[in-house]
Amino acid sequence: MTLSRDDVDHVAALARLGLSDEEKGRLLGELEKILGHIARLQQVDTSMLAETAQVGDLVNVMRADEPGPTLGTEAALRNAPAADGSHFIVGAIQGNELDS
Amino acid sequence: MSSTAKTITELGAALRDGSTTPRALLDETLAHLERSDKDLNAYLTVTRELAELQADAAAQLLEQHPESASPLCGIPMALKDVLCVDGIETTAASRILRGFKPPYTGTAVQRLFDAGAVCVGKTNCDEFAMGSSTENSAFGPVANPWDIERVPGGSSGGSAATVAAGTVPYSLGSDTGGSIRQPAALTGTVGFKPTYGRVSRYGLIAFASSLDQIGPFTRSVEDCALVYAAIAGHDPLDSTSDPRAVDDPLASLHDGVAGMRLGIPREYLGEGTEPGVRSAVETAFKVLEAQGATLQEVSLPSTDVALSVYYVIAPAECSSNLARYDGVRYGVRVDRPSLTDMYLQTRGAGFGAEVKRRIMLGTYALSSGYYDAYYRQAQKVRTLVSEEFDAVFQQVDAIVCPTSPTVAFTMGSRDDPLSMYMCDVVTLPANLAGVPGISVPCGNVDGLPVGLQVIAPRFADSRVFRVAHAYEQATDWHIARSPFATEAA
Repeated sequence: MTLSRDDVDHVAALARLGLSDEEKGRLLGELEKILGHIARLQQVDTSMLAETAQVGDLVNVMRADEPGPTLGTEAALRNAPAADGSHFIVGAIQGNELDS
Repeated sequence: MSSTAKTITELGAALRDGSTTPRALLDETLAHLERSDKDLNAYLTVTRELAELQADAAAQLLEQHPESASPLCGIPMALKDVLCVDGIETTAASRILRGFKPPYTGTAVQRLFDAGAVCVGKTNCDEFAMGSSTENSAFGPVANPWDIERVPGGSSGGSAATVAAGTVPYSLGSDTGGSIRQPAALTGTVGFKPTYGRVSRYGLIAFASSLDQIGPFTRSVEDCALVYAAIAGHDPLDSTSDPRAVDDPLASLHDGVAGMRLGIPREYLGEGTEPGVRSAVETAFKVLEAQGATLQEVSLPSTDVALSVYYVIAPAECSSNLARYDGVRYGVRVDRPSLTDMYLQTRGAGFGAEVKRRIMLGTYALSSGYYDAYYRQAQKVRTLVSEEFDAVFQQVDAIVCPTSPTVAFTMGSRDDPLSMYMCDVVTLPANLAGVPGISVPCGNVDGLPVGLQVIAPRFADSRVFRVAHAYEQATDWHIARSPFATEAA
């Protein structure tokens, strides 16, 4: 399994993880090793197997569409790093494209 | 031995015959906690105020309704710091959640509180429950009460250590790949992972949602069944919570193993198994045989590849679940003028090395071009792992095996991520298949505990307790106490 430094940059951007050069260098080696181990997955014949996303047999669990108590605005904003009493406050969204 | 090293059952009796009170028990517990935690670092938060309120409420309940009060009423306990409690700091041992006080209490915890539990604190763990040694906590590692140079296992290391230290008779942890059972084995406690869907995950900080289950650490199998019975059952707030009725695990606890067929998976005693562990569990098999069980070898051929399945699926789910820590709604923010920079810097500064590694691994496995080869393939092999359990349970009633291939290892001795991942090789298949499993003390190698694991089919949680109880009652390993628990209180 070979991974390039570009792969690490790309995945870090997808994950919105700001990593130092040193961290990226270390992760490159570690991920290569882990992916090398995981590669044995490819040797299993899965042509007859369905995917398991979860082991329970429940499907499309819904609650009744009735109004009930919810978390109030004050409680929802209480832990926010920046809020104005009715909104979360964040920086400008425009001009934030990640080139990845 | 102080009263703080007793079982829930023993303490419950003492509360009812008037030889102690919830407040006296709490004072003793807090004093023990304060002394032992200088060495152990098992707690991230001590919730003295909450505990005092709960102890007083419990005293009232015991006085007014001694007959109907729960066996857990007035009993001190601790919660892994991934379990939300309204208004109490809950960090998942991560810098990114420092200062976070949840606006609600999770269902499993609320059920214990309703039963009269007295919560003394939030326990240390691997950051976001990712690890097998509790060395990944952002707030320092937890020491093993049997040898403070060694790890208590993980990720629920603090919850395991505080029970092993004799501070509280029980605690809650969470188990995604072995995070309750493996630390239970390494600390000589009883630790149980219920069938997936049996205990509500509402209020559990999510790591890998298709694998996570909450469960107890205790000093006896009976106590473990008691706590499980209190937290199990359907919860409309968790859509994966199963609506089927829960059978009372205490009803069949004493039924024994006579006539039961128990399987020993040959792959679970592989070459990585330490000789001391092998010898302890083989002796345990003989004990079960002497109790009337029939033991036979069985095979779970995909055990080896299950580790790879797990280290695709768990990181993939974690990369998705942890996307919510973005510095907007809660937790720590590193301020930057641009929103994207804020995300990058907040997450870069807030997460520790293991969490970053798993987010990267999971994001990679889910990314365009690799999804089919890694994530979809892992989901298919997961089906195989699950079907192999089904096939084995056609032949036997339960599986018995080691919980961990090794005893507690020295802190810092597993700095290679892959070697740390190997710790869970005999516990994580149960998470992939959603089946229940327990670890019960079954030996001691040079002063370090060994755990016997019992695994049963989905929803046969009571059978797990029944087998574990039969073994426990035939041996004395569960009576052994760590040095922290035998010191005078």
